[in-house]
Amino acid sequence: MTAMIELANAEKTFTMHLQGGVELPVVRGVSFHVDPGECVVLSGPSGAGKSSILKMIFGNYRCDSGRIGIRHHGKVVDLATAEPRQVLSIRRSTIGYVSQFLRAVPRVATIDVVAEPLIVNGVAREEARERAGKLLRRLNIPDRLWTLPPSTFSGGEQQRVNIARGFISDLPILLLDEPTASLDAANRAVVVELIAEKKTKGVAMVAIVHDDEIRHLIADRIVDVTSFAAAA
Amino acid sequence: MSELSSLDNDEPLLVAEGLAKNYGRLPACRDVSFALYPGEVLAIVGESGSGKSTLLQLLSAQLAPSAGRVSYRMRDGVLRDLAELGEAERRFLFRTDWGFVHQDPAQGLRMGVSAGANVGERLMAVGWNHYGRIRDTASTWLDRVEIDVGRIDDAPKTYSGGMRQRLQIARNLVTEPRLVFMDEPTGGLDVSVQARLLDLMRNLVSELGLAAIVVTHDLAVARLLSHRVMVMKGGRVIETGLTDQVLDDPREPYTQLLVSSILPP
Repeated sequence: MTAMIELANAEKTFTMHLQGGVELPVVRGVSFHVDPGECVVLSGPSGAGKSSILKMIFGNYRCDSGRIGIRHHGKVVDLATAEPRQVLSIRRSTIGYVSQFLRAVPRVATIDVVAEPLIVNGVAREEARERAGKLLRRLNIPDRLWTLPPSTFSGGEQQRVNIARGFISDLPILLLDEPTASLDAANRAVVVELIAEKKTKGVAMVAIVHDDEIRHLIADRIVDVTSFAAAA
Repeated sequence: MSELSSLDNDEPLLVAEGLAKNYGRLPACRDVSFALYPGEVLAIVGESGSGKSTLLQLLSAQLAPSAGRVSYRMRDGVLRDLAELGEAERRFLFRTDWGFVHQDPAQGLRMGVSAGANVGERLMAVGWNHYGRIRDTASTWLDRVEIDVGRIDDAPKTYSGGMRQRLQIARNLVTEPRLVFMDEPTGGLDVSVQARLLDLMRNLVSELGLAAIVVTHDLAVARLLSHRVMVMKGGRVIETGLTDQVLDDPREPYTQLLVSSILPP
């Protein structure tokens, strides 16, 4: 296969032991693929399982059955059965995840929060910081904030820091969970541009976006998640 | 499609096989097996009495197992059964290649001698004898753990709890160990002091590429520091996996209970 991501019959059910063992089926029969340079947008109403699918592709939620093939260092790894260290290796050099919320690292300066994914992949600190600065500037985070930890920022600023951190790397797969949710029009346009640039570099993306206009601008294909609804 | 069996072909640093410990007829730890790789941070979580501290003592050769064994890859690359090490090799591990951070810094420090001597002592134990170099290295480490170098000649009994804990970390890391054991490293500290310590430990562990085994009952500590987590109950490992996976998608009833007991921030 040449696909970067290939899901085949992936399935997820939560068993709530504290609620008497209630089974909460989330998704079933999830099958789709994403090619390099392509952005697939997951659609469906709230609660349909879009975020759960994204979390399964990142290895954050475990997959009960089926297969999640990820092209990693030129070979295909099934994330559904991968060892923890394989998943960590995949996250370091193959899959990036941009969530809506920044999990703030208490005392680290914004510029270093953004530069970190490059540094762990061996880019020199100075170069990493320079690239981080460029991206922060594009996302309209003023220079005077760069040395402060993002935990002191507004929600929208934190989200932009998170986007910069997610987009700075050269990872071949990006998962985007509502990347434009609380941004103004100017910053939304920057994110759309960043996504387009990633496409030209061959990055495979899976996104969740509620804004119809943004979806129209970034989607190469739409996968309707309601067809994977597990509740019969 | 070709499947990858292993992504990094590096070999495990520490291997536990079928470890068990009984106190009389009481099993404190039962059938624990896992492998720890270089640079990996493993958290062992569970409530008091779950067997996690016993397990840490077994892993760090402070307690002999009733069954099973622990093997460690020595610096020459050979995996050796800890029970079969000679006294000199064991001493080398404790003084150089391993660190042990106790919950109570008084257990890991000499409270009456200066901070500089506390750090320098580990260096002297591995053969350093140049006073100026020892003092310089000790100063560098005090600075790295955010202790004012002006306090180098003061004894830790004059330090605050958070400073003592940071000094204990400096003392452990100065010999560039490959593996550090930590027993509730943030227990007994104020919340704000905890956050600073965790942040510091997180940075040091990643900068130095340390492997670590951290026993904690605090899931927030596990989330911030560890790659992988083992949940213990009644002396057994009941669930294990990537830390964010186990905490965000817990499977076992007991793990779900632990996770749901965290107060929202």
